Amino acid sequence: MTPVTSTERERVRADLVRARSARSAREGLIKGILVLAALLSIATTTAIVFTLLQQTLSFFGTVSPWDYFTGTKWTPLLAGDQQSFGVLPLLWGTFYLTGIGLLVAIPCGLLAAIYLSEFAKPRVRKAVKPILELLAGMPTIIFGYFALTFVTPTILRGLLGIPVKQFNGLSAGLVLGILVIPTIASVSEDAMRSVPSSLREGAYGLGAGRLQVALRVVFPAALSGIVAALILGASRAVGETVIILIAGGQEPSMTLNPTQSFQSMASFIAATARGDIPQNTLKYETIFVVGFTLFCVTLLLNGVSAKVVGRFRQVYE
Amino acid sequence: MTGAQIAANALEGIRHGERKRLAAQLFNGLMYGAIGLAFLALVALIGQTAVKGLPGLSLQFLTNFPSRINPSTSGAQSAIVGTVYLTLLTAVFVIPVGIATALYLEEYADKTRWWNRLIEVNIQNLAAVPSVVYGILGLAFIVRGPLGLGPVLLAGGLTLGLLVLPVVIIVARESIRAVPPSIRDGALALGATKWQTVSRQVLPSARAGIVTGVILSLSRAIGETAPLLVIGAASSPRFNPSGLNDAFTALPIQIFTWTQDPNPQFVDQAATASIVLLLILLGMNGIAIVLRHRYEQRW
Amino acid sequence: MTIKKGLISIATALVLAAGVSACGGSSGSTSAESLSGSIRVDGSSTVFPFAQAAAESFNQDQANVKIAVGESGTGGGFAKFCAGETDISDASREIKPEEAALCKKNGITYQSVQVANDGIAIAANPALGVDCLTTAQLKQIWNKGSSINSLSQIDPKLSTTKLSLFGPGTDSGTFDFFTEKVNGEKGATREKYAASEDDNTLVTGVEGDKGGFGYFGYSYAAAAGDKITIVGVNNGKGCIKPSVATVQDGSYAPLSRPLFMYVSEKAISRPEVKAFLAKTTDGSVSIAGSAKLVPVTDAQLAAAKTQLATAEKNAK
Repeated sequence: MTPVTSTERERVRADLVRARSARSAREGLIKGILVLAALLSIATTTAIVFTLLQQTLSFFGTVSPWDYFTGTKWTPLLAGDQQSFGVLPLLWGTFYLTGIGLLVAIPCGLLAAIYLSEFAKPRVRKAVKPILELLAGMPTIIFGYFALTFVTPTILRGLLGIPVKQFNGLSAGLVLGILVIPTIASVSEDAMRSVPSSLREGAYGLGAGRLQVALRVVFPAALSGIVAALILGASRAVGETVIILIAGGQEPSMTLNPTQSFQSMASFIAATARGDIPQNTLKYETIFVVGFTLFCVTLLLNGVSAKVVGRFRQVYE
Repeated sequence: MTGAQIAANALEGIRHGERKRLAAQLFNGLMYGAIGLAFLALVALIGQTAVKGLPGLSLQFLTNFPSRINPSTSGAQSAIVGTVYLTLLTAVFVIPVGIATALYLEEYADKTRWWNRLIEVNIQNLAAVPSVVYGILGLAFIVRGPLGLGPVLLAGGLTLGLLVLPVVIIVARESIRAVPPSIRDGALALGATKWQTVSRQVLPSARAGIVTGVILSLSRAIGETAPLLVIGAASSPRFNPSGLNDAFTALPIQIFTWTQDPNPQFVDQAATASIVLLLILLGMNGIAIVLRHRYEQRW
Repeated sequence: MTIKKGLISIATALVLAAGVSACGGSSGSTSAESLSGSIRVDGSSTVFPFAQAAAESFNQDQANVKIAVGESGTGGGFAKFCAGETDISDASREIKPEEAALCKKNGITYQSVQVANDGIAIAANPALGVDCLTTAQLKQIWNKGSSINSLSQIDPKLSTTKLSLFGPGTDSGTFDFFTEKVNGEKGATREKYAASEDDNTLVTGVEGDKGGFGYFGYSYAAAAGDKITIVGVNNGKGCIKPSVATVQDGSYAPLSRPLFMYVSEKAISRPEVKAFLAKTTDGSVSIAGSAKLVPVTDAQLAAAKTQLATAEKNAK
């Protein structure tokens, strides 16, 4: 075997060094690309906040924040002294309809979750769970169609005989609830399933019945996840647009009477932006102000959810 | 204890047991009642859509354009084509950016650094923002503003892409996290670089979860109405977009337009279009399940 | 396994459907010259049915011209038109001075062509049992500061049912026209009513509520048939209901008005726009009929053709 000459050795060493630096250059490049991608998410948030803020500040240059946040009349599209920018009716519409929805969705969703997690046979659970996930992802426009063409005429006016207006809050609120049931059920069920069986078995061993185990052991243990599920459901309802746009009407009101028409923040934005208001007008800015308000409300809900989950979380070894 | 006292205790016990049983029965009743109600509502929802919409479902409906004057020849071709194009555009945008971000966060980022935690919190928040706010963003930034594309197909795809990007990132991250560390360690021990490990070991292992997550996110995107409304999707156009710079519509928008028509024939067409949309979504979910089974890894 | 097969077959079906639709499309008879291109039309929701019917009719001969019709309202339409974003602006009133100034500032010269007539119909739910109202009574209901809640407040013989009011939004030419003619001042309106730029929503609302009451274009009211009552308007000369005859001869007063399409001279220099407008003007009577609008009179048709000829001559 011929001995390796020193020049050959040098050449191999140089090759190795070059390969390594090329590789690390490539590695660095790849890392850089990935960082850029991650920064896109930051860029999106910045863009949202910047866009909303800019127009909001411009809006508050003309309309005082006090009038906006405490005014009870929302008539931004009228002219002259009839124009009023009090956002309370929109906030009321949003939360009132969400409230009606949650009144339906929380009991139904939680009870369904308890059933699936603690009472149902494994075969039933395996069949129902994917259906639940499918339903949670259904397009909301179909719910809106259902509210306008079935719930209002056939259920509310027909079956229950309630004299609701054609576009009313009860229909929109109830269907909002139906929309959110799969989400609450699915996420709560996940939370309850993740409670270790040792807790259940211990309770059974002490002679507790299925109901007691479900309500007194599993439910409290999964509380953080359940609360997260509820807030997730509420968040979805708050941000929902088309159901309220189609079935709830386009008249903001601040009444407790669910047979009247309501307008939420989201439905106002969708209704107004379609009228295609020219840029740089006060009317255009209202879309952004209301959008910013909605954005902040959602952030708040998200933040509360994270805090509550952190506080109630029980750590299992 | 006297006999009487024992008897009293026993009675107390029985009554307590009865009460417990009553409570259990009451709860059972409530539970099944609630489930029944929810089930009934959802059956009514899908049932009514099917009953109203199935009669109109025909090849003609799929290939005709929406008509103003003649409901019987009206169809949803422009909406279906628009939805398909939007799905493709959203996928092209979201898949590379989403997976890249997830890879960075899981494989490269130092989790103790504050800026990486900021990105994480950011993504969680973005996933919770209502879709209509993304519509406003699209209107201000993409349709008008800096990009100024106008209410065209590309703007729709980008807006929907931004909407689902956070969800894709979250799902991709979970899939990547599920790959056991032993896979990575083994590759590194054999002298592979970071990128080689990621691209040849981690990503293929996480493929099932990522593919499923992407398809499910896309199916969420094409069911959205509000953002497309805000950025100005056309209502009932009688043509398909032939390029990225054309006006467009999508099934949810067409359903929305038809639902609000006082002519009940058009309202029924909304139901038919809903069935088409649901079938497309069902198909996508089916593909996701099939692909997940194919790519699934068992550790 | 059957589930898997079933899902795969669904997916295949969808791919096939997509393929069919990509190849499909309306087939048109080829005329002497096959045009292509796209035309952007936007504006009044009252003219919207006409514009859509005109587009459909045009596409039967020229399938390759893409016509996008929007209904942002007359005001919104002019804003886009004067920004150069649209080629044709549908309008249910004439262009306002400030809009004309904006067009001039942006170098947009235009010509208006009358395409149809319209009456603003006063629509009421049949349960209200009202057949005729005077313009003074209409003003009482709709004027600024009004808090009228039921028809019995303006006439004790009428229904006491609580009114559910529907009307166009403030971007609408119908809104401008109605408030000017009935309330006396453009833009002066009562506050509490359901406003929408989408006339379909208004019709659905009036149909659906027992106290439903509103105003919108006659074509939408006529299309609703007997689900709503079209209320006659008494402007001093007796109770007149809108119809083709009364709108054309102006006896349905004060709520009769012409409908226009404004075309920019830059747009009409394009052959597809020129052909579209020519065909639309020539066939405006039948197009109006199919859109349930009141067609132009012979005199108005001749005038429209002259206006179009002027536009073509000035085309850049």
